[in-house]
Amino acid sequence: MLEKALTGSRRYWGWIFFLLAVIGVGFIFYLRQFAYGLGITGMSRDVSWGLYIGQFTFLVGVAASAVMLVIPYYLHDFKKFGKIVILGEFLAVSAVTMCMLFIFVDMGQPIRIMNVVLHPTPNSIMFWDAMVLNGYLFLNIVIGWTTLGADRKGVAPPSWVKPLIYLSIPWAVSIHTVTAFLYAGLPGRPFWLSAIMAARFLASAFAAGPALLIILALIVRKLTKFDPGKEPIQALGKIVTYAMVANVFFLLLEVFTAFYSQIPGHMHSFEYLYAGLDGHGKLVPLMWTSAVLAVVALILLINPGTRRKESLLVVACAAVFVSLWIDKGFGLIVGGFVPNPFERVTEYWPTMPETMITIAVWAIGLLVLTVLYKVAVSVREAQLESGTDSTH
Amino acid sequence: MSISRRDFLKIAGLSSLGIGFSATDLLWKDRAEAVEYMSSPKGLTAKRWAMIVDLKKFKTEEDYRRVIDACHRIHNVPDFGNPKDEVKWIWTDTFEHAFPFQKNEYLPEGIQEKKALLFCNHCDNPPCVRVCPTKATFKRKDGIVAQDYHRCIGCRFCMAACPFGSRSFNWRDPRPFIKEMNPEFPTRTKGVVEKCNFCVERLAKGLGPKCAEVSNGGLIFGDLADPDSEVRKILKTHYTIRRKAELGTRPSVFYIIGGDEDA
Repeated sequence: MLEKALTGSRRYWGWIFFLLAVIGVGFIFYLRQFAYGLGITGMSRDVSWGLYIGQFTFLVGVAASAVMLVIPYYLHDFKKFGKIVILGEFLAVSAVTMCMLFIFVDMGQPIRIMNVVLHPTPNSIMFWDAMVLNGYLFLNIVIGWTTLGADRKGVAPPSWVKPLIYLSIPWAVSIHTVTAFLYAGLPGRPFWLSAIMAARFLASAFAAGPALLIILALIVRKLTKFDPGKEPIQALGKIVTYAMVANVFFLLLEVFTAFYSQIPGHMHSFEYLYAGLDGHGKLVPLMWTSAVLAVVALILLINPGTRRKESLLVVACAAVFVSLWIDKGFGLIVGGFVPNPFERVTEYWPTMPETMITIAVWAIGLLVLTVLYKVAVSVREAQLESGTDSTH
Repeated sequence: MSISRRDFLKIAGLSSLGIGFSATDLLWKDRAEAVEYMSSPKGLTAKRWAMIVDLKKFKTEEDYRRVIDACHRIHNVPDFGNPKDEVKWIWTDTFEHAFPFQKNEYLPEGIQEKKALLFCNHCDNPPCVRVCPTKATFKRKDGIVAQDYHRCIGCRFCMAACPFGSRSFNWRDPRPFIKEMNPEFPTRTKGVVEKCNFCVERLAKGLGPKCAEVSNGGLIFGDLADPDSEVRKILKTHYTIRRKAELGTRPSVFYIIGGDEDA
């Protein structure tokens, strides 16, 4: 099937080469980081994780969100997701690929990465995260590729895929739960030390992932002959709505606990993020942007009139995505390190090389996504032409 | 030089035996534990090493400086001259920052601004060891939390896990920033984490930690598990506090803040 990604319009190849160029530039910066060390980034002794780990955390959520298509289609027989469930699975493949790359570029000694396998350490959450992420990547590649291959031939997928599909559902939950446990079990970081962290991660994941999927489905409709359909997009819109409501609710629960208890350590990170602490407030404008976008998104999503209008739904989805990207891909990580264990404030801001490397990893993800979507869309287009449509 | 057929077979046979043994080693034996120093017969041993910091003995800036410099010099700790790249094993901060959970605006005069010496607590229940994905940081049988610089992958999970800010990362190559190299102790490479090691390399030779040696009695090192040890005697007669003890990491470093002049 991969050969379908090798034929395409000028626009398709233009996009591919654009992504390759971005990747190339980022790679040159990575070589500099490799030679100089992570000091090339904005991270320091006090804020020892930054943009890379933030992106990793956010993208684990995007990857997990494929389950929001798999559950309705495979467990509730919601047939309308039949044609687009593959878009969710391939998005998961792309997102997990980016997760792994973000971990890799964050390593101080990347050439020693196999030490995680050579000295397996089950008491480290990082070990489990590596295991579940690899497993999830494998599951989605196998499931996506096999079901699409069967679709192409107009036959039902082989029976051995079904157990894998069912397995992928709890597995998706596990990748984001384990990722939340990276943070939620650390004794000296009160901002992260919260039992609701995993639930909050899942809620934000099931909002940001499907929001991105809606945007991608609309792009696919615009650029190709394959139309994901109006109803699946509306159904996804409802999922984004519920998940975003849950996410904002969970965030407000954290705010309540911190500020009603008045425990300084629990309030400090929130104060730093939303108001500034000891005269330091680099992240304040960003965090309020996230908050305002979340409110705008909720107004557009909860109101059925605006949600049903695709032109407004896509605005809401973009708002959800950007809001959560700021909240989880940046604020959550940096906020956990400020103030430091001595209650002093050291600020963090990514450097230019760090930003370029980050953009390049996203470009790799988009490249993987483009190639996989090209294959999926080509199969769907062929089905339209021949009139064989096994999913209906 | 030529080797006879017989010699060749002997060497080949022995080598293949060797390979066989190492393979079975890998498959059947426990994985190699990370180690730093093999103790000699002269080496000091204990069940749980601990340190008492008697802040009353630190009066002048020089009292702190001497201790810090001695440690950093023998351990090849680089001086980058900027906080962003900073690597440190032992340093100071004021009481309110060293013990943020002990906030008390009515403390006796001079305590609030009093500087505390800070270094790794060698916790009995260390979160850094719990989170390390490669066992590069590990707790020794004598309670010391040690670090294998060659196994560390630089993920910095231990830095997020440590509630005491005890760990530093080599954001860049430290070697050009070491003032005078001590050939007795390894230098580190970029991309690995490091911290105070309670001078395991000196304990192996029968010497106590360098900081205690030059502290004029301000730092007392000993076995917490031995009821007759000096540290236990001091703990029995002096009120001591530990940093963030409520977090349950069970630090092995105790602080005497005020009270009688002689500990």
